[in-house]
Amino acid sequence: MNSEIGRLILKRLGIAIITLVIVSFAVFFTTNMLPGDTATILLGQAATPEAVAGLREAMHLNDPAITRFFHWAFGFVTGDLGKSYANNMEISTLIGNRFLNTLELAAITTVIAVPFALTLGITSAVARGSLYDRIVTVLTIGVISVPEFVIASTAVLIFAVYLRWLPAISFVNEIHSVSDMLRMYAMPVVTLTFVVSAQIIRMTRAAVIETLDTPYVEMALLKGASRSRMVLRHALPNALGPIVNALALSLSYLIGGVIIIETIFNYPGIAKLMVDAVATRDLPLIQTCAVIFCAGYLILITIADIIAIISNPRLRK
Amino acid sequence: MTDKIINWTKSDDAKVEDAIRRGASRRDLLKLMLASGVAVTAGSAIFGRASSAVAGTPVSGGHFKAAGLSSSNADTLDPAKASNGTDYVRCCSLYNRLTVIDGSGVPQMELAEKLESKDAKTWTATLRKGVTYHDGKALTSDDVVFALNRHLDPSVGSKVAKIAAQFAEIKAVDPSTVEIVLEAANADLPFILALQHFMIVQDGTTDFSKGIGTGPFTLETFEPGVRSIMKKNQNYWKPGLPHIDSFEFFAIGDDNARVNALLAGDIHLAAAINPRSTKLVESQSGFELSKSTNGNYTNLNIRLDMNKPEFVTGMKYLINRDQIISSALRGDGEIGNDQPISPANVYHNADLKPKEFDPDKAKHYFEKAGVLGQSIPVITSDAAGNAVDMAMIVQAAGADIGLNLDVQRVPSDGYWSKYWLKAPIHFGNIDPRPTPDIFFSLLYASNAPWNESQYKSPKFDKMLLEARGMLDQTKRHEIYNEMQTMISDDAGTIIPAYITNADALSTKVKGLLTNPVAGMMGYSMAEHIWLES
Repeated sequence: MNSEIGRLILKRLGIAIITLVIVSFAVFFTTNMLPGDTATILLGQAATPEAVAGLREAMHLNDPAITRFFHWAFGFVTGDLGKSYANNMEISTLIGNRFLNTLELAAITTVIAVPFALTLGITSAVARGSLYDRIVTVLTIGVISVPEFVIASTAVLIFAVYLRWLPAISFVNEIHSVSDMLRMYAMPVVTLTFVVSAQIIRMTRAAVIETLDTPYVEMALLKGASRSRMVLRHALPNALGPIVNALALSLSYLIGGVIIIETIFNYPGIAKLMVDAVATRDLPLIQTCAVIFCAGYLILITIADIIAIISNPRLRK
Repeated sequence: MTDKIINWTKSDDAKVEDAIRRGASRRDLLKLMLASGVAVTAGSAIFGRASSAVAGTPVSGGHFKAAGLSSSNADTLDPAKASNGTDYVRCCSLYNRLTVIDGSGVPQMELAEKLESKDAKTWTATLRKGVTYHDGKALTSDDVVFALNRHLDPSVGSKVAKIAAQFAEIKAVDPSTVEIVLEAANADLPFILALQHFMIVQDGTTDFSKGIGTGPFTLETFEPGVRSIMKKNQNYWKPGLPHIDSFEFFAIGDDNARVNALLAGDIHLAAAINPRSTKLVESQSGFELSKSTNGNYTNLNIRLDMNKPEFVTGMKYLINRDQIISSALRGDGEIGNDQPISPANVYHNADLKPKEFDPDKAKHYFEKAGVLGQSIPVITSDAAGNAVDMAMIVQAAGADIGLNLDVQRVPSDGYWSKYWLKAPIHFGNIDPRPTPDIFFSLLYASNAPWNESQYKSPKFDKMLLEARGMLDQTKRHEIYNEMQTMISDDAGTIIPAYITNADALSTKVKGLLTNPVAGMMGYSMAEHIWLES
């Protein structure tokens, strides 16, 4: 079994490196196709031909695209992320804190959302068809259908503007105590929990119901296994594959896709940084963000596959 | 003496308050009240009430938090590259310039003690003594020479390289005197040096992320796209300023989130709020608006080289300026008369009246031009503020008289390089500039880089040159008045309104006056305001 997993990880690592190369290459050249470059965008309306030419020269934008790509790629591999075109600061400085903020938000959301969603998914599957199941289903479908900006804005209006219990924006730099942290993270985390749990609940419920219908679960029932043993020992391990994959997808969204939450709560994370970078055509910054998102996704998917194999007796051999 | 006042409404309060903010004296106010029929005896009561918002004794201390509207990885503390309100606010807090525009639009001396010239071509600036940088070094003329000359270096990427191009020679005469020789006479130099880009930085600075200047605050933290925190400069050369201990500035890009943060008490000031939110802010106690019309405008440009002159004239009568102000701008605007010099500028021509909305007259011109029945494309975009709403209003007015305007809405990204100045009929958006000379050279001279309607007049060009070097103010006013009339009548740029900026703030913030340069007291509020405990 161990060699099986070792081989899988090695294979995944190989694929991951190839994927990262392709993604960074694709991102680089599609960004290059956008109209304008950093020089014209920084100068904005003041972009006279002489001014643009001067700034391009100073920023080394006149080098051929392929040279700039390899320059960036070589630096990245050797651990030098380079400098931002837009403000000449080290990319590592620009990304560092914001990446930590993003991870923090993702981690807190995961800790709350995953147990919450799994519990609801499994219990509603077991109590299939009951009133409880129907309520959970209606609520999750409701949450999936309402866009997150509506949930977030409504929460801000109620809890920040009218009740004044919570701050309207997240000053993550000003957290000095646990109660500060709870106040700052309450609304972003709850909103994100809604968004990611809804998918996980639906997926868990469907997967568990499917395995509960299989002959071996019926066998366990006939053998006189208790209800909880039947679900947790016999049904769940076999349903875990699709569930962890749904989890991985939802969590990878937390790393790169929370732009709306970052905007509404003015949360200084990495998604907004990448959007800004695209707007200023700041290639080294875009590249680095893209690689981070891509790597995060690949890592989560690989972990999900490994868990699926370990948990499933048939895949284990 | 009685304090009972009749016929006095909230809007009158606002008018008086505004007058006080603009620097009106007690006597001016009494005149204003006499004109509106209020008994003089009641004057003191009104003055007392309205001025409580602006007057009072400054208190020191406190942490002031304000939010602007845009911030990104391109945020900079390099004054030459500063490109939006967020950068300007930070530069105004860290640095000083030679001159600064006061509340009535007149340049005052800041780091310069004197700025003199006999012929408007060779200027001598005498620097203030005893001014030191945050790192303790003294301000010298070498710094001024460096700070001004660097705009001429293309690799700096200065936003005002075009304006700086007129600096023929800048040299230090002695440690506290600088001589500035211009390519040609320009009486506006005191206005020009007050631009945020001409902040004085230390000789030889290459790393601007430290923000070392002579300004009211020293830099504590600066994270582009996130926030900046500054501490009071204990050795600031202006006595008694700043009042606050520290100043935090960041941006909340989302309009609603910015207003919510203010109403939730997380920040003291939300800059440039959307007109849709002004009612909400006004209805809450503990918050108020500070409005100023600084001359920003969104205009409809009809290229004279691609359209018939009768069509252009017709369009000027088809613009319902009042409706644009009341619907597109939701009341936050001052009526425009198709020329760029707004009432915020001392050279504004108040005698030049805006053209009436007159569909019949417009139709008459359109018939002459033979354009009725054709489909005429008009390019609009969110890139120019309110342009989409304005286009709808003009389109509806045209439809009523049989003019078929085909309004095409295009994306903001790339608008300025792809459509602006290029499409036959399109919208533009122009930020306020300090002087008529800059407006005219940039937008209306025959060789102007942004000649939005391709207006060309040798007479106009001649007048522009003549007024530029003129130190005689009366004569200068006359020439600029006539030039405004020429633009209004002959150019193809329709300027229906000057947009009013509204900053929303907590009533705890005191001492925030309006400034014709921009909102947030011309970006330098942090230096002047104080926080009531």
